[in-house]
Amino acid sequence: MIRTLPTSKTYNRLFTFYVILYFIFLFAPLLVTCVLAFNDSLFPSLPWKGFTLDWFTANSEQRVGIFHDRINLDSIWVSFQVAFYVTLLSTAVGTCGAFLFEQEDFRFKQLLYFLMLAPLVIPGVILGISILLLSNTLGTYFETSWNLDIELFRPGFWLVVLGQFSFIATLVTLVVSARLRKFDRTLEEAALNLGANRFEVIWHITLKFLRPAIFGAAALAFLMSFENFNTTLFLVGYEATLPINLYLQVRDGSTPVINAISFLLIVGTSLIALANLYFSRKAE
Amino acid sequence: MTNNKRWALLFFLSPVLLWLVVMIVLPHIDLLIMSFRFETDDGQMTWSFNNYLSFFEEPIYWLTFVRTALYSILVTFLTLVIALPLAFYITKVVAPKFQGFLLVLLLLPFWVSELVRVYGWMILLRESGVINHFLIRLGVLQQPVEMLYKDATMILGLVYTSMLFMVVPIVSVLESLDDSLIEAAYDLGANMWSILFKIIIPHATSGIVSGSIVVFMLTLGNYLTPNLMGGKNSLWFTEQIYNQFIASFNWNQGSAFGFLLLALSSLVVWLGLKLTRQNLQKVVQ
Repeated sequence: MIRTLPTSKTYNRLFTFYVILYFIFLFAPLLVTCVLAFNDSLFPSLPWKGFTLDWFTANSEQRVGIFHDRINLDSIWVSFQVAFYVTLLSTAVGTCGAFLFEQEDFRFKQLLYFLMLAPLVIPGVILGISILLLSNTLGTYFETSWNLDIELFRPGFWLVVLGQFSFIATLVTLVVSARLRKFDRTLEEAALNLGANRFEVIWHITLKFLRPAIFGAAALAFLMSFENFNTTLFLVGYEATLPINLYLQVRDGSTPVINAISFLLIVGTSLIALANLYFSRKAE
Repeated sequence: MTNNKRWALLFFLSPVLLWLVVMIVLPHIDLLIMSFRFETDDGQMTWSFNNYLSFFEEPIYWLTFVRTALYSILVTFLTLVIALPLAFYITKVVAPKFQGFLLVLLLLPFWVSELVRVYGWMILLRESGVINHFLIRLGVLQQPVEMLYKDATMILGLVYTSMLFMVVPIVSVLESLDDSLIEAAYDLGANMWSILFKIIIPHATSGIVSGSIVVFMLTLGNYLTPNLMGGKNSLWFTEQIYNQFIASFNWNQGSAFGFLLLALSSLVVWLGLKLTRQNLQKVVQ
């Protein structure tokens, strides 16, 4: 049954076989995607026709590698910018949220806490359409009543940022809260007794303690934003983010350039994931 | 001192309040209002139940809804059946020195964008795909077979995408299961199945429930996987919403659909929590 109990060989073998099978299932699609990024063929499929870096570096009529592919490069840049603002915004507001729910007391706290958790149970598609609706309502209102045409209310860059922020801030709040709960509040009291005010205490003591959690949450926020599809789908304007752009290409047929982008994404996210894991282990 | 405290509260409260009211509460109120607005033949907007009525009158709408719900239940169940032995192996069977490594290996693929994972499955499964290539090479198949665009492949993709959210809560709940309980049962002559159903599953219930809730919810709201891996006949309800919003430009109808999906998803979360007497707060942590 378990490691401390005597078990039959067949049981152990079968179990190990099952787990190996699962890991093959888990990694097969990623591995195949990566390998085919280097295949010297016009299609992302076998047979293997030899190793090439064309899908990264080529710039000929038949083959345009990712480093010369304007549309894909642009969408990567858009995604970077979106992720940057989402990270900034959601880390700031999420950290406020952590302080609010862990250290403050006020009426209707329970209700507000429940609202803060709500984005976790709202499907991303619904979040997207409802934010689209509100922005449209506001846009129409300002246009008919004040004759103002406000860019923000139309699908586009900033609406995508806000839409992603609306649920990523919840994740940041939860991550930072978990760390804040472990904070020894007598340290704060000591500083307050020594004459510091609340904000000085937070700035010099509590935030120092929270730093690893805040960086971890920011990394998570960046990645979540960079990869978001469901919410973004409804809010995107003419500047497509990378997932939207990739989706359109995958839907209408594919070239190994998509494999090359996927390869870069897999390597990039794995590095962020491992770094995040390493630092959060170290912090504990 | 008290003045200071009030400022701190205000400082933390205002951004959070702004975020929750403007980005969460107001949009959903707007969604609800829009779903009850209807454009009459002479172009006037009125209050009406028409958007909801047409949902029940058009079989394609409610059939898609029911199908999405049933398939989501199936996906949740399959995910659970695959995840439970896996979580058990990692927490109780494998040598402790491999435990950490296996956990990291298990989590790693889920950091990668869902789109990339779905794309990987597409190039594995399609007619000119990698699996077909090997099957023909090995002589199992004479002609390539289209494995993509079927309900079964869509289910496969959805299970794959959801695994993480089932494995992690079950692993964390099994870690708190005392090995000596299983040892005692074993010494007293219990067989594997009674240990599974009388000790392991009862202990793991809270993890199983929170995993199932999350998986069900995410499957229900998934758009990418059904859209890219499912066939013409495997329409998902989120695709209906997308069609109303983007293709037909009937936002009122789309809002009604969106609200129905939100209601179903919230209902399931609520039921799951009620049945096991947990609250959302605990599940999240």
